[in-house]
Amino acid sequence: MSELLYADKPELICPAGTPASLKVAVDAGADAIYCGFVGPTNARNFPGLNFSLEEMAKSVGYAHDKGAKLLCAINSFPSAGRTDIWKEAIDNAVSIGVDAIIIADIGMADYMSQKHSNSRIHLSVQAGASSPEAINFYTDRFDIKRVVLPRILTVAEIKKVHDEISCEIEAFIFGNIGMMAEGRCSLTNYVTGQSTNMDGVCSPANFVHYEEDEDQNLTTRLGEFAIDCIGCGQNAGYPTICKGRYNVSHRKEYYAFEEPISLNLTHLLPDLIKAGVTALKIEGRQRSKSYIRSVVSSFRNAVDGYARGETPDISDLLALTEGHKQTEGAFKSKAWR
Amino acid sequence: MKAENISDLDNSPGQNRLNKANKEGILRFLPPLPLFTLQPLLTHIVKSIAKKHPKLFLRLGNSANKTFLINPTNLPFFLILKPDPNNPTLKAHNRRDIIKHDVYIASSFATLLKMIDSKTDSDALFFNREIVVSGDSEAMVALRNALDDMDDSLASDVAASFGPLAPPIRKIFDLVNKA
Amino acid sequence: MSVKLNIGPNLFNWSPEIWRDFYFKIADEAPIDNVFLGEVICSKRAPLFYPVLAQVVERLEKANKKVIFSTLAEVTSNIDRRLMNKQTADKNILVEANDISALQHLKDTPHRIGSYINVYNEDSLEFFAKNGATSIALNPEMPKSAIKQLNISAKSLGVELEVQIFGRIGLALSARCYHARAYERTKDSCKFICDVDPDGMDLTTMEGQEFLSINGIQTMSYTYLNLVNEIDELLEFGIGNLRISPHSKGTLKAAKTFRLLIDGEIDASEAGARLEEEKINAPFSNGFYHGLAGNEWRV
Repeated sequence: MSELLYADKPELICPAGTPASLKVAVDAGADAIYCGFVGPTNARNFPGLNFSLEEMAKSVGYAHDKGAKLLCAINSFPSAGRTDIWKEAIDNAVSIGVDAIIIADIGMADYMSQKHSNSRIHLSVQAGASSPEAINFYTDRFDIKRVVLPRILTVAEIKKVHDEISCEIEAFIFGNIGMMAEGRCSLTNYVTGQSTNMDGVCSPANFVHYEEDEDQNLTTRLGEFAIDCIGCGQNAGYPTICKGRYNVSHRKEYYAFEEPISLNLTHLLPDLIKAGVTALKIEGRQRSKSYIRSVVSSFRNAVDGYARGETPDISDLLALTEGHKQTEGAFKSKAWR
Repeated sequence: MKAENISDLDNSPGQNRLNKANKEGILRFLPPLPLFTLQPLLTHIVKSIAKKHPKLFLRLGNSANKTFLINPTNLPFFLILKPDPNNPTLKAHNRRDIIKHDVYIASSFATLLKMIDSKTDSDALFFNREIVVSGDSEAMVALRNALDDMDDSLASDVAASFGPLAPPIRKIFDLVNKA
Repeated sequence: MSVKLNIGPNLFNWSPEIWRDFYFKIADEAPIDNVFLGEVICSKRAPLFYPVLAQVVERLEKANKKVIFSTLAEVTSNIDRRLMNKQTADKNILVEANDISALQHLKDTPHRIGSYINVYNEDSLEFFAKNGATSIALNPEMPKSAIKQLNISAKSLGVELEVQIFGRIGLALSARCYHARAYERTKDSCKFICDVDPDGMDLTTMEGQEFLSINGIQTMSYTYLNLVNEIDELLEFGIGNLRISPHSKGTLKAAKTFRLLIDGEIDASEAGARLEEEKINAPFSNGFYHGLAGNEWRV
């Protein structure tokens, strides 16, 4: 058991895909909520998900009334000829008083720093800034106040980064871990013609098919490609390309990229905080209210527990994770790579 | 499995498996009802939900024009949901009926109640294969997200819509959740 | 200003001898303008070809090919950062930056931007142009409408664009090495297993569908990009540079064929037939350009 030696408790940054989830997250003890507008301007562009401008404005009020912050994710990359939609989203977010805008595209960072120089920019994980040099480029040019680190660094590497940068660090501690370098993945576009980077979609639902045969074997498919074939009694999953099982000449039916497991860094929280992480991020804007409630309350207890010098237990979180397995990912050691 | 024909589904592997599961006997809480007496109940539910949550349809977007077949595998009927904002309907059908649909959702009745009560993570039910789905995934995801965006649970709203009958209906949901 | 035909950096783990001989052949026989050298994918591989680098550069420059040095695309570990430092240290060579970290080293030095840095719109383009970029390579997933629009902006800023026209498409990068993983190793213990696959390790679905190709930390298309039918349009747009990405087979043929096409000596149909002759063991695709799924081939 380690003693925490920090003066301030880290912020708990929680996802919300709908206004109802936002309220649940705030009530469960989130320090900040991150969410996005309906449409292609953020990286969780799923059918029926996200906030209208009116809903976002009301949510800012709800969060602020309860002492929480709202961070607006405008973190996809507009392609030429479409920047107006993203700029309007930025202008709207500023006008309704969000506490920060999470940006990935350099053109949009430039727009924000020129047009809304008093507004706070957080650098999205979608910008893929994983070294002090890259992060300092953004702080130098756009005065970013916080970087969301890619989920690929060990705790020791995070400490090194912290020592060489001037902005705050936000790190993922729970949820679905993206395998591929964020913001630079065209796998979905290769299969479907819709782009993760440009349209904010990953394995979009309108290309997803579930096919169960008479022996209860389930094939999950994206477009024409079979992503996984699951036997009777095995757990199902959403056909995310990098979580599928594939063959190479010398190995069959294996998770070529990653298993569908969840990141869970509860036990590394004190180390992360010592390394300089001041904001702890939970992934899951596409998850249900009940998931959000459970995860946020558990981490609220964990963060508060560590602050009191205790070692909290959150074994109940395991059941909520996709695939029911969890990992400490890259954060623990380089053997992940 | 993309079945157009509900009678195909009676013998489908999903149906058979789910029939065997959960002999909870939720039916003992429901008086045996002929289908036509069920219909006013269902109409009442869908209309009052639509009235209380108009934004549900906005969230559904184009998927509001789709047809959802909900199969409570241990009950003697299935449901057809058409969340058309101008005339939303929820109808019970005899299992011999053949209804074209865009989305197919099947689970035990108890699991369906759990799902709409939002106390259980519906994704977990899907991962565990307690819910079987097929068809238009976009409509499925849109419906799931629209239903999740309710401040109370859909179940509480359903119960509340019965006015003085609300407490016993709420009790049924609570019993299911404890199971 | 006439369009330039370029050979991109070799993305695979070839032995130093094969790597050297490939570039000697390019120098001696390929009717191309610019050649990109440098380790883009894995910092562990870089030292392997240092012994032959100087001879290759000399041979290329003697053949009037301009040499540009491409940096690493993903910078995470200390080794990566040290390599990036090294790749950007010499201010007298022209560098193509593939990661933002490179730009911290290239302040006030003219440079090129590679396709691994996201330049998707006019605002980004303007920023990088003002930051010293003279040429920007576009991500292969960009559709033609965006390419056309960006090129108009580029021209007004005095910057050139570059579009990949041939070779497997890089679809994703990762900190994890998927070659190592396939052999149940980690990146640190890989023993350079990626050297068994000169064009990538083919990955199929459980149903046997040809899907992707693995190159260390990079995931690539199974299909080979081939914009032979789109060259005329790209020339009409006025794109400054066209890039062929190297493979173990067919690169020289592609260089010669595309040069004849650009110069108007053969038409697209004839060029297409010549490229087919090479019998590369994978289908062609051009879907991204047309706003379709990247794996599609639109005639």
